[in-house]
Amino acid sequence: MATPRALQQSLPLKMASAGFLIFWCLLAAFPIFWIAVMSFKTPVDAFAANPLSVIFGPETRARGSGLSILDIVFGLTVLIVAGRMAFRRLPGWVARFTPPHLLVLGWLIGALAFAIVFLVVFFGILPPVMGVLNAILGPLGNPVIGLTTEHYVAVWGENAFYRNFLNSLMVTAGVVTVSLTVGTLAGYGLARSGAGIAFWILIIALIFRALPHSVLVAGYLPVFINSAEILRPILGENAPTLYGQPLAVIAVLVSINQPFTIWMLRSFFQNIPTDLDEAARVDGCTHFQAFRWVIMPVMWPGVITTGLFSFLLAYNDFLVTSLLLDAQNQTMVPAIASYFNRETTTTDQVEAVAAAVSITAPLFLLVMVFQRQIVSGLTAGAVKG
Amino acid sequence: MKFRTFASFVGPSVFLMLLFIAFPLVSVFTQSFQLTQPVMTTVEVETCTPGFLTQTCTTETKTVPKLTATGGVETTTTWVGFRSYQNVLQMDKVWSAVGAGRLGDILQIDFWKALRFTLTFTLITLPLVLIVGMGIALAVNNAAASLKGQIIFISLLPFIITPVIGALSIRWLFIGDGILTVALENLLERDIAMFAQGWTIEILMLFYRVWHVAPFAFVIFYAGLQTVNQDTLESAIIDGASRWERLRFVVIPHLMPLIIFISLIHLMDSYRVFEEIVGFTSQAHVISLQWLTYDFLQPDDSGNRAIGRASASAMLTMIGIVILLVPLLRRTWRDHRGSN
Repeated sequence: MATPRALQQSLPLKMASAGFLIFWCLLAAFPIFWIAVMSFKTPVDAFAANPLSVIFGPETRARGSGLSILDIVFGLTVLIVAGRMAFRRLPGWVARFTPPHLLVLGWLIGALAFAIVFLVVFFGILPPVMGVLNAILGPLGNPVIGLTTEHYVAVWGENAFYRNFLNSLMVTAGVVTVSLTVGTLAGYGLARSGAGIAFWILIIALIFRALPHSVLVAGYLPVFINSAEILRPILGENAPTLYGQPLAVIAVLVSINQPFTIWMLRSFFQNIPTDLDEAARVDGCTHFQAFRWVIMPVMWPGVITTGLFSFLLAYNDFLVTSLLLDAQNQTMVPAIASYFNRETTTTDQVEAVAAAVSITAPLFLLVMVFQRQIVSGLTAGAVKG
Repeated sequence: MKFRTFASFVGPSVFLMLLFIAFPLVSVFTQSFQLTQPVMTTVEVETCTPGFLTQTCTTETKTVPKLTATGGVETTTTWVGFRSYQNVLQMDKVWSAVGAGRLGDILQIDFWKALRFTLTFTLITLPLVLIVGMGIALAVNNAAASLKGQIIFISLLPFIITPVIGALSIRWLFIGDGILTVALENLLERDIAMFAQGWTIEILMLFYRVWHVAPFAFVIFYAGLQTVNQDTLESAIIDGASRWERLRFVVIPHLMPLIIFISLIHLMDSYRVFEEIVGFTSQAHVISLQWLTYDFLQPDDSGNRAIGRASASAMLTMIGIVILLVPLLRRTWRDHRGSN
């Protein structure tokens, strides 16, 4: 359909619109792209005043670690091929080898296997092959871009960042599962009830949503530190100290996230026609049976979207985890604070950059895979309000 | 749906919210009137150092915390009324500053400094986020369909990034002789230190927050733009409305509920500004209300946490957000009542 003439835009307007968009995209991506580049350089290069020396890393190259044109070409090829396989072939393989009711499990295993194969090819096979090729091909094999992975090795190996990673994994997995289980039930109940109390619960949840988290943590902290003494009359000698326990943090994050979760899930459930559960009720189902057998099979898009947002909340949280967890059980985001608090050497700084990139990488993948769900989640809350 | 069924569906969620949101609020409220301190006792300590012929011994009295049978520090809790609030607000200093006519002195007090920053931050970012979000949405709506997916992907990155890390990534561009500081120095031909004074840090924080939240506004506005009634637009054209008039009188009224929604969420979120302070390590120059409570809750050098003062500042923070949200909440309420 051709646009009517009156709706067509003048050239300057089109140019301005496109220019603004290009500017925004650069602005949006630049800081993230730049810390990714910085994390692969020696400190001198990473904090150099000249952007070109940050990108090409002369100091890093001088120290003997760099990429040749050949490396770049081959590396990019492997990356692109892997990306294409992940998005074009992988869904087909997963669908072929897993029975339909185990699809989630199939996806988990498929993604994991794919990641392992990719890591082996990219970090295990490619470097030695490239070493031989670079030696043979002379000028094409000379390094042009300095690049070193030493900071990642330092962060994940020496500083045992994997422990923080495991803690993050545990906290986020717990938060997502519990808050979805509890939130789905509540969201369904709220969407299907016209009672006055449902309205009041939603309004109070909205007020709770506005509370600064530090207000709540000020309430938990004394209780959690002394919980062993408070709980002793009830639980006896094994009363736990809740301070420093990831499980306690999961409970706290789930509750803080509950108001948002129930609002969002309620708006998704409102989109599922009531005729569905009414038909089931006519056939003799109770409300719970109707929920289990009729609503659950069709509610997954909403649940996945809400799960993504719960994941983000738990993964990105700094305040709650840094106050309620001790140093042994720290998750990734508060752990990074220890890097920039000491600020002794520039090497520490680049290690902090590498840690920051390590935290951001999973989020990047998340947007890549779930872009559509994230967008639908953002708009679902708004349109239904 | 019967009340019983409803209760069993909603029960777990309501229970969690009562236990971890409503109950802590009550306990924060009571704590703000209490003071918990370690019980101190004075003991005589004799310390001896080896000397020639005889040891040199000195006896001194020391104040040490009393220990309980299990080895913990014994504490007492006393009711102190509004003293914690007084410690946070420091009204005497405020009145003396007002009396002396030096209003700037009020901003030397932590709480008022934090309040000033939190409010300006919230109120300045709000229109910026709306305008930038709307701008991107209109521009994307104009762009070629094949590019839209990629643009949305790139736009989501600032939104999804961990706030502390987002702030850090911008800080690293400016720190010391960071590339952007040097670029600015060349542009303005003067020496710049972005982290040496408060107002430059504040500008970076404002920039960071708009960068972080604008994608959220953009995605919502973009979805709203798809539902603008084309017939109304066409009749506006026939009536001779210019592009700007169509935007002003057709598109924006249509998006009004979304603007309210984004404002509501943004007010809630930016009032609890906190990660910026951590990411930019700006506590020496700029602090926010939520950071103030956080700071009271952190153990000091001797391991004590100022729970009383933290609770008082938490209560004051909460009163602030309630006042800020009342107009918007009343509107949501009316809409909701109307739709039911």
